[in-house]
Amino acid sequence: MMKQSTEQTPWYQSNFALFEKNLNGESSSRLHAMRMEAMARFTEMGFPTTKHEEWRFTNVSPIARATFQPSFQSDAAGLSSEDVERMSFGATHRLVFVNGHFVKELSSIGPLPGGVIVGDLASALKGNDELAHGSLGKHASIQENAFTALNMAFVQDGAFIYVPQGKVVEEAVSLLFISTGSTHRYIAPRNLIIVGDHARVTIAESYLSLANHGSLTNVVTEITAGENAVIEHDKLQNESPQAYHIASLHVHQKEKSNFISNSIAIGGGLVRNNVTSILDGEYAECTLNGLSVANGMQLIDNHTTIDHAKPNCPSHELYKSVLDGSSRGVFNGKIFVRKDAQKTDAKQTNMTLLLSDEATMDTKPQLEIFADDVKCTHGATVGQLDADQMFYLRSRGIGTTLAADILTFAFASDVVNRVHVDGLRGQLEALVHAKLGKGRER
Amino acid sequence: MLHINNLHARINGNEILSGVNLKVQPGEIHAIMGPNGSGKSTLAQVLAGREAYEVTEGEVLYEGKNLLELDPEERAREGVFLAFQYPVEIPGVSNTYFLKAALNSIRKHNGLEELDAVEFLKLIKQRMKIVDMDESLLSRPVNEGFSGGEKKRNEIFHMAVLEPKLAILDETDSGLDIDALRIVADGVNKLRRKDNAVIVVTHYQRLLNYIVPDFVHVLMEGRIVKSGTKELALELEEKGYDWIKVASDSTLATA
Ligand SMILES: Nc1ncnc2c1ncn2[C@@H]1O[C@H](COP(=O)(O)OP(=O)(O)OP(=O)(O)O)[C@@H](O)[C@H]1O
Ligand SMILES: [Mg+2]
Repeated sequence: MMKQSTEQTPWYQSNFALFEKNLNGESSSRLHAMRMEAMARFTEMGFPTTKHEEWRFTNVSPIARATFQPSFQSDAAGLSSEDVERMSFGATHRLVFVNGHFVKELSSIGPLPGGVIVGDLASALKGNDELAHGSLGKHASIQENAFTALNMAFVQDGAFIYVPQGKVVEEAVSLLFISTGSTHRYIAPRNLIIVGDHARVTIAESYLSLANHGSLTNVVTEITAGENAVIEHDKLQNESPQAYHIASLHVHQKEKSNFISNSIAIGGGLVRNNVTSILDGEYAECTLNGLSVANGMQLIDNHTTIDHAKPNCPSHELYKSVLDGSSRGVFNGKIFVRKDAQKTDAKQTNMTLLLSDEATMDTKPQLEIFADDVKCTHGATVGQLDADQMFYLRSRGIGTTLAADILTFAFASDVVNRVHVDGLRGQLEALVHAKLGKGRER
Repeated sequence: MLHINNLHARINGNEILSGVNLKVQPGEIHAIMGPNGSGKSTLAQVLAGREAYEVTEGEVLYEGKNLLELDPEERAREGVFLAFQYPVEIPGVSNTYFLKAALNSIRKHNGLEELDAVEFLKLIKQRMKIVDMDESLLSRPVNEGFSGGEKKRNEIFHMAVLEPKLAILDETDSGLDIDALRIVADGVNKLRRKDNAVIVVTHYQRLLNYIVPDFVHVLMEGRIVKSGTKELALELEEKGYDWIKVASDSTLATA
């Protein structure tokens, strides 16, 4: 059982004090001022409860009750570069973080176009990189989401990626976040990704655990997409079944930029993914895809927001869940169409396949439309395997178990196939396959 | 090979089959004709094992075994094949992958070794020719976005790969253009062997010019009300079904 801190100062406050003590002079920096402000804001808000509209279906009281231990230094955890190469699908560029801290020895960056930065945020902040400092917290506000405030309070490390105007990073950049150790770690990476006008990059965040422990990963990623920028952001969440994982991805898109997010959640005990994109320039395009594969007692919650702030922007959204055992899924898809955002074309689809009677799904579209000349469609389905399809397969000799597997995998791979990075897609296919197979052997 | 005795079946409380009798011997081709809604597809689906239909009376023996006790996949593995009137779309599952899973399930059941990818590819390349299948349809998801005719042709392609003993073709001719009809019918003929049997459900005599039946049956109101040779199909083409209805009603009256 987790230790309970009843009368004592909560873990985040005592650790914050400890953290400040070890800052050696950095405590007067403008970065630290941001941390203090965030800690104050978090203390004010506290962990959300199910009374908050945004957290109605996801009860984070197990997180609120637990005591976590922030990690303040880097640790290679006995990993070899072969290990991480495998975990990061043999990517040319990979940044490895163990318990939220950059591990240089395990990371490897291939040749990059001039001016492109692929590195760790800690170095960029220490080096007083103006861009890094200026971009931190620009799109992810500490005012609304308590977890974002808590992330900022302990902000130390993460990825810092800058692709200047017109530059193209051909190979995907893999960001590998590995949690390890036996304590209830608090791991709070912060990623800043800035992509200039006409620049292109693909980034894949992967979250994995080496041990079965109830760590809390609380990550925030901020992406700026310049005019005509093309960005694919893939995410794999495959931590241990005890892990808590809260993530917020904030994207700000300028004119004619194209942003694609593929978010695949397989692991974790309690998982919440927030994805928010603001279409802040005409003809910007946004595609959000998601897949949850859950069983046992897992809860996977996806909250998305697409904010159509300017006219003529298309957005496409496809979120799928496969729920087995007593798992639970949540999907909340907000689409704002601002007054000026005429000719918006937004399409949202949420589909859930329930493989057991105990699994449940809460799905809610939330369309707020203030313009009149727009096209917005949304649809949600929750159901079992299709009886006609099952019969068709069986009538050709395929047994029930295999038939169900084939159909379930086909349902899930619809999302996996949208990942353009070959190595990652192969890894995802294998993981989804293994997880679905495991669910069946229950 | 197949003995259907007094088969009654219902769906959602409605009786659709009301005492079907039919005997099929190896090597024979039987045609079943009959008005819309008379129960032809119901019979085909019941034989394939569709669980939605409840058999309330009668029996079906297939090679001496009680067919109705077998699961759909067991029937298929024992050599029963249904070409669907409305082939089902399976998004995300390629035609080849599907067929390989089907064929290997059947082979395994029959004590044969499963085919590996290379052997399987060789086999389907060869079987594609039988129905002149477009290669592009192999890698596409099963039936998804296929035209009506492509779906029907794909059903016969599946049949060519799986080599059933008893094939039930439910309106495989509808939706096929004139050339395709001939090609598909030729394919069915090429797959004929003296120990295989085919039941073709059709509305049109034209198909029977190509696939020449040994027997023609008329299914009406859930029963086979008339059986004959291929000339019966010509007669039906000319006169429709009304005259049979009258005749069968009068037989009932005098019985
Ligand atoms: N699920 C169902 N619920 C109620 N009635 C059904 C159901 N399925 C089929 N039926 C009815 O059973 C009857 C027989 O249908 P069936 O499909 O077997 O006809 P058919 O002879 O194949 O017709 P067609 O020539 O049009 O293909 C029809 O009246 C149909 O409406
Ligand atoms: Mg029919």
